[in-house]
Amino acid sequence: MARIQTVFSRLKSQQKQALIPYITAGDPHPAATVGLMHALVAGGADIVELGVPFSDPMADGPVIQKASERALAHGVSLTSVLDMVRDFRRRDAETPVVLMGYANPVEAMGYEVFAKAASEAGVDGVLTVDLPPEEAAALSDILKAHGLDPIFLLAPTTPDWRVAEVAKHAAGYVYYVSLKGVTGAATLDIDSVASKLAHLRGQLSLPIGVGFGIRDAASAQAVARIADSVIIGSRLVQEVEEHGADAAVRLTAFLREVRSAMDAARQ
Amino acid sequence: MHINDLPVPDVYDLPDARGRFGEYGGIYVAETLMAALDELKQEYARAKADKAFMDEYRYELKHYVGRPSPIYHAKRWSEMLGGAQVYLKREDLNHTGAHKINNTIGQALLARRMGKKRVIAETGAGQHGVASATVAARYGMECVVYMGAEDVQRQAANVYRMKLMGATVVPVTSGSRTLKDALNEAMRDWVTNVDHTFYILGTAAGPHPYPMLVRDFQAVIGEESKVQMVEMAGRQPDVVVACVGGGSNAIGMFYPYIQVPGVRMIGVEAGGDGVETGRHAAPLSAGRPGVLHGNRTYLMQDAHGQIIETHSISAGLDYPGVGPEHSYLKDMGRVEYTAANDDEALAAFHELCRTEGIIPALESSHALAYAKRLAPTLPRDQIILVNLSGRGDKDIPTVAKLSGIEL
Repeated sequence: MARIQTVFSRLKSQQKQALIPYITAGDPHPAATVGLMHALVAGGADIVELGVPFSDPMADGPVIQKASERALAHGVSLTSVLDMVRDFRRRDAETPVVLMGYANPVEAMGYEVFAKAASEAGVDGVLTVDLPPEEAAALSDILKAHGLDPIFLLAPTTPDWRVAEVAKHAAGYVYYVSLKGVTGAATLDIDSVASKLAHLRGQLSLPIGVGFGIRDAASAQAVARIADSVIIGSRLVQEVEEHGADAAVRLTAFLREVRSAMDAARQ
Repeated sequence: MHINDLPVPDVYDLPDARGRFGEYGGIYVAETLMAALDELKQEYARAKADKAFMDEYRYELKHYVGRPSPIYHAKRWSEMLGGAQVYLKREDLNHTGAHKINNTIGQALLARRMGKKRVIAETGAGQHGVASATVAARYGMECVVYMGAEDVQRQAANVYRMKLMGATVVPVTSGSRTLKDALNEAMRDWVTNVDHTFYILGTAAGPHPYPMLVRDFQAVIGEESKVQMVEMAGRQPDVVVACVGGGSNAIGMFYPYIQVPGVRMIGVEAGGDGVETGRHAAPLSAGRPGVLHGNRTYLMQDAHGQIIETHSISAGLDYPGVGPEHSYLKDMGRVEYTAANDDEALAAFHELCRTEGIIPALESSHALAYAKRLAPTLPRDQIILVNLSGRGDKDIPTVAKLSGIEL
């Protein structure tokens, strides 16, 4: 069974929700990334989302933009990100890794070449931010043929007919963007997210992760009550920005706190 | 290319329903923007079919912009070049001094129709920012313009113009601090404030329906030219030339000519220090297709798909992508694309000032530079129509500085 699916079935039987942290690959330095990924797992990550840096991250706020710039300054490319995943796999054969990035680096490598290389490196899922279902069919089919899950975004503004389109292509889980805006923006309105998720569950069988606006144990706990997984990005990238490679210990400690708040959500 | 070899299509009805020009164009944006683009697409379709809307658009072009812009036969310059006759489509005479306002009027009317009280725009040289600030003042809307921090420095006069008309100018310090980063930032604003904000995109690029929308609003340039050339010269030009950054003035000029046989069309990109040096802004001449800013098109990118920095004397052409319709027209061969270097553009700039008493924008000077190269190779009875997309007042400090003069 695919690693992502395994994680969600195990958590479901334990009545727990997945904790999915995000960091940008190559930030603050390419040599630091694998260590930071292990630190996330040590803190209780069920799946690791690894950002592939891009020169023009249109859907990201300033925190992740700057992380991308730092990584690119070190010459990080999609090829070197795959090397990092391969390296991570030497010590961790179980935690799923999802690459999150933009279309052009994948276009430049070629869909088939990328899917094969990603699968061999130990990647489990791919979220291409600027490939909505209308443009994603070709890549999704190739990813699936290589055993990779295409992950899609859903927004508060996504109409039902487009949710159905996403359902056709998506695998692994879907990522519900909990507010209007870019990554790292504002705080979330938990009630409106809850009612939207209830509606989505009628249309989708995949687990639903919620991201954007989750900054601490309390907001993670609130999301864990209503979603299948909690996705945290900018808050962690900020830690890396402030503490560089020394952020590892802090990331672990922060996620432990989030993890226990999430696990207490049902009580 | 010989005139009889021009691939003139019998049918030209693009983009398709998915916003595609062949393999180019499309809608490559995050899910968070899809609903807004869909709303815009539907509202535009209704507006285009609404006589009252189109009448108001034409009224505004006539009485506020000052259209039709004239075509002028540059006789002294043609004489000096010693070959074909050069005619200029005078978009520089529009209100605000460039073609940009044709589009901002159209989009502002759409914004009003959609009940949006706030408009945002990206700008490079500042011409689109000025044109957006202008229409925002004209229709009583709040206006925020995103401009690369570097361009804010290079184009101080235009920044002040925007402020005079009540716009807020936000310097963008991310990435390469130029036009592409301003576009990223405008998109981020739009996704955050999408309920009450209309994004006035300045060039014929971006996600569908923008390339179509901007082309349609700019097509007035070519439509007028087709009528005016017959009035002035008794026939259509042999060659039509326009500069290409994002490509809005060029597509506005070219689009109405696509199905006209016998008219060669040439798009001139910014060659910077020379296309062979790698320091340029000429994706059609030296880039390859990829995905940026919502559409598939030719791009300046490295082997890993990262967008690379562009170089041009002209801030308005300093963009690593190009409108998707140009990519399509290039591949089909209907339009030829070439580049003019900074030096060539500057030489053409000075020649037009001296021989015709017209100060052209540095952007438009790239088209003039190609005409200067082409005219002497053609017989005297041939006609080259150049789209003089803007006036050069904004560029005077740049040109003076290059001549070692502090103003």
